[in-house]
Amino acid sequence: MNTTNAIDAAAAKQRLGRREFVSALMARIPAETLVVTGLGSASYDVFAAGDRDRNYYLWGAMGGAVPVGLGLALAQPGQPVLVVTGDGEQLMGVGSLATAGAKRPANLTVVVLDNGRFGETGMQRSHTSLGTDLVAVARGFGIADAFAVDEPAGCDAIAERLRARSGMAFARVSIQADEPPRALPPRDGPYVKNRLRAALGLAPF
Amino acid sequence: MTDPSTPAPAWQQAIFDVFKQGGVRQVAYVPDAGHSHLIRSAIADPGIEDVVLTTEEEGVALAAGAWLGGQRAVLLMQSSGVGNCVNMLSLLQAGDFPFFTLVTMRGEYAEFNPWQGPMGRATQAALELMGVHVLRVSTPEEAGEIVGAGFDAAFQAGGKVAVLLGQNLIGRKKWERN
Repeated sequence: MNTTNAIDAAAAKQRLGRREFVSALMARIPAETLVVTGLGSASYDVFAAGDRDRNYYLWGAMGGAVPVGLGLALAQPGQPVLVVTGDGEQLMGVGSLATAGAKRPANLTVVVLDNGRFGETGMQRSHTSLGTDLVAVARGFGIADAFAVDEPAGCDAIAERLRARSGMAFARVSIQADEPPRALPPRDGPYVKNRLRAALGLAPF
Repeated sequence: MTDPSTPAPAWQQAIFDVFKQGGVRQVAYVPDAGHSHLIRSAIADPGIEDVVLTTEEEGVALAAGAWLGGQRAVLLMQSSGVGNCVNMLSLLQAGDFPFFTLVTMRGEYAEFNPWQGPMGRATQAALELMGVHVLRVSTPEEAGEIVGAGFDAAFQAGGKVAVLLGQNLIGRKKWERN
């Protein structure tokens, strides 16, 4: 509908470039940070910023990024854990924010790259374009340190949470609904798993 | 209602002993009366993180994350929850993660609620369709042995294993107070 197109156009001007933002974020996080990415563009963005042994890229399991990150954060309380995912992936697993909000591991930070769109499937509008406010959702689930990021400097605030490991945090980053060139991380799940485990000093398997 | 002061059946303690001896550090669950002792024990154990889920598929992903970080997790659910897990179970094969779940059965023995029937009857097939090996406990005496066998297949051989706890094992649900 035309009325929403005008609103979308105004909002788009304030939104950040996803590649630029994720690249700046990855440059600022502590080197030891364990990163789990939700399927689709979030995985491409993190991989495009530079492959790391401590990244685990999901290529499926939609809705699974936060619970994978939660299990990892509980298992490795001495390491910062960052989940980077998109609004569609987070919405499918939105209950997992309640589950994480009940445990609130101090080393877990969730970043949702929110373009209000299902980017992989033709840019259909998602719920965050139609009324859902994920910062309010996260707060409602008990994650008090939930905030919106609308400026490039927001990556410093996120990196600071990872460094401090002093409480679970949630950031919704407003990004443009564009499609940068695809940058495809490894699709060999066992390889990526064992590479991350090796980085933690764990045997393959 | 289960009276918390009622002693747990020995078979439920035998299952918790498998968890403790096997070094389980995370127990994720959507509650069921048949899991109540395990859930209480996990909450009371300072060496175990208990994680209550909004839907069972979160527990599949949580277990994969725990393994990435070097810990063993188990998922407790009832048979209806298996249906909620189906797509997420693809994570276990795609990443070749060890996986162990205990499933309390409904819809198969003295079931009062017809709504439990369809998923209860499809539970084993749904798990097997998604590549999960299925074992079953039917009597209290075999609980520790079969759960231990499934647990070892998961964490020593990297298997994806479900142990179904039969509805006849858990007992008839009392629908009316006397």
